[in-house]
Amino acid sequence: MIIYGTALLAVCHLLGIFLGDLLGTLLGAKTNVGGVGIAMILLICARLWLHKRGLMPAQTEMGVGFWGAMYIPVVVAMAAQQNVVAALRGGPVAVLAALGSVVVCAVCVSLINRGERPATGTEPDAEARVAAQRV
Amino acid sequence: MLELLEKTVKHNGLVLAFALVGFVMIVSMQLSRRLTFGRVHGSAIAILIGLGLAYWGGIQTGGQKGLADVSLFAGVGLMGGAMLRDFAIVATAFEVQVEEAKKAGLVGVVALLLGTVLPFIVGASVAWAFGYRDAISMTTIGAGAVTYIVGPVTGAAIGASSELMALSIATGLVKAIMVMVGTPIAARFLRLSTPRSAMVFGGLAGTVSGVSAGLAATDRKLVPYGALVATFHTGLGCLLGPSLLYFAVRALVG
Repeated sequence: MIIYGTALLAVCHLLGIFLGDLLGTLLGAKTNVGGVGIAMILLICARLWLHKRGLMPAQTEMGVGFWGAMYIPVVVAMAAQQNVVAALRGGPVAVLAALGSVVVCAVCVSLINRGERPATGTEPDAEARVAAQRV
Repeated sequence: MLELLEKTVKHNGLVLAFALVGFVMIVSMQLSRRLTFGRVHGSAIAILIGLGLAYWGGIQTGGQKGLADVSLFAGVGLMGGAMLRDFAIVATAFEVQVEEAKKAGLVGVVALLLGTVLPFIVGASVAWAFGYRDAISMTTIGAGAVTYIVGPVTGAAIGASSELMALSIATGLVKAIMVMVGTPIAARFLRLSTPRSAMVFGGLAGTVSGVSAGLAATDRKLVPYGALVATFHTGLGCLLGPSLLYFAVRALVG
């Protein structure tokens, strides 16, 4: 049943957000700490566990797959409700602070990704990736 | 007749949003193929159109939620709201290759820390340069440069004025939009091609919305890896902003 997949996704989502809130409260951060990330890790574990026991038929997977595929349209809808007017009115402080941090971070991403590139591109690595995809 | 149509649409907001976004996607895919010969990803164009619609909505209504403030398109607010966005992001975790994610573990953490501290320093410095020289102002604007959620959460915690909070939200929003639009353009410079590189990017670029939209417009397969790390970004920022970072700024400027 397709709903089993969606329900599994929903349970992981709720549990993850709850644990994120709990973590935030414990740390005194007044916000959710990594709730979505925790939910993602739960879903990955659930998939591996169910797969091993053969409890993950294609129908069930579709119940999750559909929502994963809806991701880009949802992001477009999200973009359509950003406070773009306020962002543009923020003036030079907002624009410069944002631009500066984007540029600094972009350089960092580029440096880190360049620096450790060879390690991910080696042959055994590629084989492991193929093997991982087969599982 | 027209009133009847309006009633139908208003009572089925979410369904209208599905149709509207579908239409935006068709237009974007065609523009991508015909105008740019596939060089600019259709999703990137769709996100730009979305931002354009948000601007139009903001001008029309004077509200804060872009197109979703236009009563006819309120459903867009539900479709693109935090609930469905997070639901869809979690669903993408289904495609994560565990081995790939493990490899980036430590680098992801380093990227997260850098992604919080570096934008904060830049934001606080810009604030200082523009004459905001007290610790509260510098911290609030610096936190806004981390993400637009970290800004107001930090500001509220340390007692910043609402004008400062608005400025810090604006900083975070401009950053998110820059990441959304700039990522596909800078993808080659950023070496965004492997799951690991996406996780580094997710940690450093911050803002779940910016990262997820930027990666979606670059390579759909990279989204879950970036989002997995980016989701810890706001939490970490809200944790460090009003505490460690604020104390550091206060120690520096008194």
